[in-house]
Amino acid sequence: MYAQMVKTDAARVRSLDEMDPVERAFQERVDAGQKIEPKEWMPEGYRKTLVRQISQHAHSEIVGQLPEGNWITRAPTLERKAILLAKVQDEAGHGLYLYCAAETLGVSRDEMYEQLHSGKAKYSSIFNYPTLTWADIGAIGWLVDGAAIMNQVPLQRCSYGPYSRAMIRICKEESFHQRQGYDALMRMVKGTPAQKAMVQDALNRWWWPSLMMFGPSDDASVHSAQSMAWRIKQNSNDELRQKFVDQTVPQAKYLGLTVPDPDLKWNEEKGGYDFGEPDWEEFFNVIAGNGPCNAERLNARKKAWDDGAWFRDGLTAHANKMADRRTASKIAAE
Amino acid sequence: MSNEWPLWEVFIRGQHGLNHRHVGSLHAPDAEMAVNNARDVYTRRNEGVSIWVVKSSDITASAPSEKGPLFDPSNSKVYRHPTFFEIPDEVGHM
Ligand SMILES: [Fe+2]
Ligand SMILES: [Fe+2]
Repeated sequence: MYAQMVKTDAARVRSLDEMDPVERAFQERVDAGQKIEPKEWMPEGYRKTLVRQISQHAHSEIVGQLPEGNWITRAPTLERKAILLAKVQDEAGHGLYLYCAAETLGVSRDEMYEQLHSGKAKYSSIFNYPTLTWADIGAIGWLVDGAAIMNQVPLQRCSYGPYSRAMIRICKEESFHQRQGYDALMRMVKGTPAQKAMVQDALNRWWWPSLMMFGPSDDASVHSAQSMAWRIKQNSNDELRQKFVDQTVPQAKYLGLTVPDPDLKWNEEKGGYDFGEPDWEEFFNVIAGNGPCNAERLNARKKAWDDGAWFRDGLTAHANKMADRRTASKIAAE
Repeated sequence: MSNEWPLWEVFIRGQHGLNHRHVGSLHAPDAEMAVNNARDVYTRRNEGVSIWVVKSSDITASAPSEKGPLFDPSNSKVYRHPTFFEIPDEVGHM
């Protein structure tokens, strides 16, 4: 997802009887659906897992601005441009809510930026694909934000208070993101044959990477089981992927598009679609840094940070000068 | 060298004459910029009519470990709630 394959440090999930009284009390609160708040006692593994997941999620929101930012200056109308600008600005906001949530766990913003810029921290694989046409912008809103919503809605119930509250804010804003994307595509498929072909081409390229967003099957993963025991994670990757496919296929049909999966078939018995397996080798390759745009994304992000240094320093200098002046005039008045 | 801006807690008054409510935090070099940033980060959809910011380091919080000693004493004082008193129906609305 926006946080894919988050490790937990757990070798296996322990039962209540194996825990010392403090940890047991913590686990019982989590089991009872209570929220854990920043300064309260928590297992070190819980804290670390949350830092990994929330910061990865935050990095994804920030890097996720880049593929869409690519089209802000080239949007087909002023209205689409304003909409895209507002959407991308929301993503910046999402990144900021999440960084703040992670900071409540004792990691600093600078540390997190450092981890992103050095390549140590990951962000979602999806943002390492290029946005070649305007239809890609529609496809991102529809599919990528759509997949993000699938994952983020259950995260609103996460056991960690600040993460849960950030997710509630984010979910309120996501529906606009998905709708504006779908709306752009609805308009395009009613256009010329070339425009409709452009939309089909975008679906062909974004479909599989969107399914990969949920990560490989984690039914056998200790990390996933531990995250679920801590109520950091609520659903398995396969469950969410299935829901996404079931929701999205009819939407593709409405647009008159063909989902690029020969194995896609309605399964009456399970009340959902059967579908093919994404190319997990491609996924691991992208995660490892070898996707089509990994280097470009990271460089753009670093350049933005480095080029902004003089401005951040200027604001700090101004703030210090004003603070000094206030102290000086206070002393003079005494 | 790290010159991370200080952290500010943001409080917003919603539209309907409510109290300011904590909505989150952000980094900014000074209070003025914190208010400006808070507008962009936390009120993009008319979420508020007024913003307060306060440096996180200036907030004093009760310790989670003191939850018992701080809040337990009020648990036993049920007479603080109006439902503790039974008023006969004949008395009318009270
Ligand atoms: Fe987002
Ligand atoms: Fe979004």
